[in-house]
Amino acid sequence: MSDSIDIINAFALLTNFVLLPALSYGSQLALGALAVTLVYSILRFSNFAQGDSMAFGTMIVILLTGFMIGNGWTVTGIPTALLVIPIAIIGTSIYMLTIDRLVYRHYRRIKAKQNIVGITASIGVMFITGGIVRFILGATPQRFEDGERFIFSVREFKAFTGLEQGIALKTSQFLTITIAFLLVAFLFYFLQKTKTGKAMRAYSDNQELALLSGIDPDKVVQITWLLVAALTTIAGALYGLDKGFAPQQYHLLLLPIFASVIVGGIGSPLGAIAGAFLVSFSEVLLTYAYKKFLIYLLPLSMHPKSLVQLIGTEYKYAISFVILVTVLLIRPTGLFKGKVIVGE
Amino acid sequence: MGLVLLFVGLNQSWALVLGIINLSLISAIMALGVNIQWGYAGLFNVGIMGFAALGGVSVVLISQQPVTEAIDVGGLKMLFALALGAITIVTGVVLNKKGFNKWLIATIVVIGYLFTRHYFSEAADVIEKVDPAITGYLGGFGLPVAFSWIVGGLAAAGAAWWIGKITLSLRTDYLAIATLGISEIIIYVVKNEDWFVRGVKNVAGLPRPVPYEVDMQKSEWLQNIVAWIYSSDLELLAQSEQVAQLSAYVRGASVIFVKLCYSGLFVLILVALIMLSNLALNSPWGRKVRAIRDNEVAASAMGKNITRQHLQIFVIGSAIVGVAGALLVTYDGIFIPTAYVPLRFTFLIWVMVILGGSGNNLGSVLGAFIIWFMWIQSGPMGVWAVDMISSFAQEGNASLEFIEDRVHYLRLVFMGTILLLIMRFSPGGILPEKNKEL
Repeated sequence: MSDSIDIINAFALLTNFVLLPALSYGSQLALGALAVTLVYSILRFSNFAQGDSMAFGTMIVILLTGFMIGNGWTVTGIPTALLVIPIAIIGTSIYMLTIDRLVYRHYRRIKAKQNIVGITASIGVMFITGGIVRFILGATPQRFEDGERFIFSVREFKAFTGLEQGIALKTSQFLTITIAFLLVAFLFYFLQKTKTGKAMRAYSDNQELALLSGIDPDKVVQITWLLVAALTTIAGALYGLDKGFAPQQYHLLLLPIFASVIVGGIGSPLGAIAGAFLVSFSEVLLTYAYKKFLIYLLPLSMHPKSLVQLIGTEYKYAISFVILVTVLLIRPTGLFKGKVIVGE
Repeated sequence: MGLVLLFVGLNQSWALVLGIINLSLISAIMALGVNIQWGYAGLFNVGIMGFAALGGVSVVLISQQPVTEAIDVGGLKMLFALALGAITIVTGVVLNKKGFNKWLIATIVVIGYLFTRHYFSEAADVIEKVDPAITGYLGGFGLPVAFSWIVGGLAAAGAAWWIGKITLSLRTDYLAIATLGISEIIIYVVKNEDWFVRGVKNVAGLPRPVPYEVDMQKSEWLQNIVAWIYSSDLELLAQSEQVAQLSAYVRGASVIFVKLCYSGLFVLILVALIMLSNLALNSPWGRKVRAIRDNEVAASAMGKNITRQHLQIFVIGSAIVGVAGALLVTYDGIFIPTAYVPLRFTFLIWVMVILGGSGNNLGSVLGAFIIWFMWIQSGPMGVWAVDMISSFAQEGNASLEFIEDRVHYLRLVFMGTILLLIMRFSPGGILPEKNKEL
């Protein structure tokens, strides 16, 4: 019979509802996790303000998008948000450098226990940033994408392939995956090949030695914040294009992002990316309802009646947490050996 | 501080003052718990909200009357499902310890989970269908509410023990991240599992440890006291008006009396806890704890088990937070899961501890009073500021409405700034820890 078609249909379904969403969500998490890893390697603390900083970057994007659309400065086919990201990055960079100058620099100067002080300070920054974002944009969710929503839609795909199940590629998904890939490639090139990147890695490995070799710590820190601002803004904007903007949602992103970083091995950029995809795939795979998928694969008599969902969507943040705890129990160094046990 | 409260009492109302004092007292107990963790041992708990919520849950579970109908239809099923889940976990752990094949264990756990989930959702469905507008949950044990304070502390201690066991031997930030995670998850569970504590439908009408206002108004001696206090006012009125006026006074007095009862209760608990923890801090145990905080390496070289000590302190501190959470729900008389937001429960308490002076118990209490007062009054002050501006601006000004709508979010910025300023310019807080000779 049409068994092979059914199997193809089943996997088309899975691509559409699991693979593509998980890939784009994973890319967004990876960018956020890279930002946390960078701050951790250079400034030596876990940045709790990451989620809210992403909201801050996205806020600038939303404001600029509204301004551009209001003036009719749009390009057909491309989301306006994409055009304004560079300006938003500049805005976020200024904000982060100001925060660093006002808050974090002092603790570097007095050589405080950076880890614990940094966490406390970043929690303060987290609430300030969250307050600013909510004050300006309100706490209600909103969407800001415009232009073409799909690269190809379910209908076009069905017409093209003749399958019963269609795959749609959303513009936001396509953009997320491409941009994240390019950005990560650039970041690795920057860290591995350029002089500044090497200085950053040297500083991360051994601060005293780096100082002796004539590396300017202030410059390293500033470059770090610029990179973090770029990663943060892009991650926030892409997440918002994909799923809409809501300050509370961004605040809670902190949990999957930290899970990604720790699963990968704190301080390891490669680990952060691997961890992000591990977290995103577990989240999507576990909360997906497999009913339709199984109906395609199983004979009629075995068709499931319930949704066949492993965990309710309301508990998706619990998944990050369980992954986090499992990794801490089994392999606290993370997948890629990060800097663990000895801290401060 | 007292003068400021007096000012509010004269200008706004005495019931409001007592309300502020009571909530400050509860916050002070919570801050005390956090101070034990942070000030004594340098442990970073970002999940205060979760532990407070556990306290709140235990109030519902202990003090509410059981819903017999729901227990009849779904109680056994739920028990079976939960037992199945527990057996699955225990089997997994035991097999893992015995070194069985990891894939075999994983398969067993997954199958066990699927069965658990199946029975669990069936049981939950049945229970939630029992009169959902009023009950729709299993209810509690119907015990006196005071038990729930102890149970709340124990529940929080249990959660803290589990988290601490996993993370305390690792880096300091893992504890912070794990507590953040567990607190969010506790709130998610409480909000979503309707069969447990009714979820977002709230549980109202929790029993009280103190008399009700209505009963107080009927009691003779309160009426006599009120009549005596206001006797000069009452004499000026006509006979018919006197009765009406008196009952109005009695109503006001009964509210204040109930609040005073709560204040007395909270003060007792707070003082007892402070005395205990001060005693502990000055004992050999306290010296050990501070030695570990100030120099882990040296303390470890002296043969002190640092991880175990940290775990102990983390559990004690969280238990106190749990007790405070239970007291808070008892005082409110209603359990509202959506009220648990990190700002109110985690962040505010942190600011209290750091402002008051970490490591100093009295400092935490002072910090709690100051911050809670600012927090409560910053709402009216914000509205007042908006009113001031609006008297200059035109009616229906768009930007003004915008500010009026959002002004409360500035409290986040305000509190964050306070925290950063104290950390930067006065790391010791208002009452810094006294540097004792070890």
